[in-house]
Amino acid sequence: MLAFVIRRVGEALLVLFIVALVSFAMFKFMGDPIQSMVGQEATLVDQEELRERLGLNDPFPVQYVAYLGRVLSGEFGISYRVGLPVEEIILDRLPATLELALLSGLIAISLGIFLGIYTAIRRDGFVAHFIMTTSLIGVSLPTFLIGVFLIWIFAVELNVLPSYGRGETLDVFGVPLSIFTLDGLKSMILPAVTLGLYQMTLIMRLVRSEMLEVLRTDFIRFARARGLSNKAINFRHALKNTLVPVITVTGLQLGSIIAFAIITETVFQWPGVGLLFINAVNVVDIPIMSTYLLLVAVIFVTINLIVDLLYFSIDPRLKVGGGSKGH
Amino acid sequence: MTEETQRGASARPVFKEDEHLPFWKRWMDTDIWHSYKKSPVIIIASIAFMLLILSAIFAPLISPYTPFDPGSLNLMNGFTEPMSKNDFTGDYFFLGTDDQGRDVFSTILFGLRISLFVGLAAVLFAMTLGVILGLISGYLGGWVDGVIMRVADIQMTFPSIMVAMLLYGVGKGLTPPDLRDEMALVVLIISIGLSEWVQFARTVRGATLVEREKEYVQAGHLIGLSKWAIMLRHILPNVTGPILVIATISLALAIIAEATLSFLGVGAPKTEPSLGTLINVGRQFILSGEWWILLFPSLTLLALALSVNLFGDWLRDVLNPKLR
Repeated sequence: MLAFVIRRVGEALLVLFIVALVSFAMFKFMGDPIQSMVGQEATLVDQEELRERLGLNDPFPVQYVAYLGRVLSGEFGISYRVGLPVEEIILDRLPATLELALLSGLIAISLGIFLGIYTAIRRDGFVAHFIMTTSLIGVSLPTFLIGVFLIWIFAVELNVLPSYGRGETLDVFGVPLSIFTLDGLKSMILPAVTLGLYQMTLIMRLVRSEMLEVLRTDFIRFARARGLSNKAINFRHALKNTLVPVITVTGLQLGSIIAFAIITETVFQWPGVGLLFINAVNVVDIPIMSTYLLLVAVIFVTINLIVDLLYFSIDPRLKVGGGSKGH
Repeated sequence: MTEETQRGASARPVFKEDEHLPFWKRWMDTDIWHSYKKSPVIIIASIAFMLLILSAIFAPLISPYTPFDPGSLNLMNGFTEPMSKNDFTGDYFFLGTDDQGRDVFSTILFGLRISLFVGLAAVLFAMTLGVILGLISGYLGGWVDGVIMRVADIQMTFPSIMVAMLLYGVGKGLTPPDLRDEMALVVLIISIGLSEWVQFARTVRGATLVEREKEYVQAGHLIGLSKWAIMLRHILPNVTGPILVIATISLALAIIAEATLSFLGVGAPKTEPSLGTLINVGRQFILSGEWWILLFPSLTLLALALSVNLFGDWLRDVLNPKLR
């Protein structure tokens, strides 16, 4: 157990180390910062002096370690574009992304589990077939097309929901959030649905196939023989036994929601970190890009680590073979 | 893989008398062709895909207008509705025009060209990289295998479209500023390709591990062939089966990744718009009611992605001996 944990944590740190190397390399190969810092009158000697003082003449590994030190103490540089410290800009944008991810995660989980149970119980029903077919099309549609078409239908044709922005926000402990105002919630519906749709279909299909498998087992047949009601069998006995894989997959999907938020936020002009990243790529604002890279890596590595460890503690079979996740 | 090769080896004597038949006649008797004939959805999907490929190749011949030649554009033609003549100039546009008076049908043909080119090039790149790394990993084993497979495992935990987006950002950051526009498509191809190599590498490695133990490889080793000759000339031809399936599925993913990046405004430049760029342009006019600028490129992308997807799924099922 301990060896497994140490190996996984070591791997996670290695990944972060490499990602940090990539984001540092972006700074390094972006040309000479001295040229943009010094004035016209600066002599070559002055420039060389400044270079020495800023540590730009140090060997690459030394500079990299210095960079890691700055990152660990929470300094990520100044945005080329806005001229503010990157950590401030990102912290400012993060709540918008998190509340959007949270809402769409909730939609995905609740609707996904509900529809999964429904399509498993009413296996041959018309509605169940319809849902399954639609979900197949939904999976092959690119996320941004779903978003654009939702805007077209609900914001342009029906004119019932706003097509961009966060709407009215309410400050909670100094953090503006949309989820607590009616206007803000209305602005959140379309982006949250767009973001959660793919995850919803995934969870739905998973719950359905797990349910179908469990409903075939002996203990369900005994439950029927005992004369339990369908409701009790489906929800109290069958559902409970499908939830372990669902929880694991959902956990892993949390990271994907953050990733796909880049697309959704751009479609709906939702002012979160994803939109910030895309805008930074457009103007090649390296400090923001590299910090976003680090942020995403940290989020993903943490989620994967937690899910891996959870998996390990849930599934006793993994404890035998040295704990590798068997492919 | 073993099952397949063994089946092929034992089945050969039965087909020996047919071998003087022309290639297409033997092809007509394969499982693939029989399965193809029986599934109308796949027939439609493959015909749609062929049509899309052909119209991309012959775009300059088919397109009624030259949408990216500023000299031929007439601003008076702007916002013409589909299937109608422009009120001022009397020019006819099959799918309407955008704000600049560009023919939407022609821009779609050229956009399709860029989308398919980037998609195919990215898959080719991913395939070359993945196959080589997979061969090395499977044949050499040891620490090389360990390193390559660890990297693959780690990359697998990130969604490929996000890897492509982040790599594109990194790539753009690393390109010298004055080359950024010209290099945009190259960076796009490389970043999408790098996000898709893992599947190829894993599959080829698995097949190579099986092939490595066979007599012909040992024989090659005995007569003193170099490692590379054995890997590329002898093992590679025997592991190509599954590569085709992965390439088809990857193509669908690559096309969508390219469209997504271009839609976000970070992929193909405005001077060489792909379908994603066109959809991005189109959505700006949806609020003012010019729906055709958005709808037709979207439908084209959908047809492209769906046909490749369906074809890939079918190919995977038909080539998988376990599902027969």
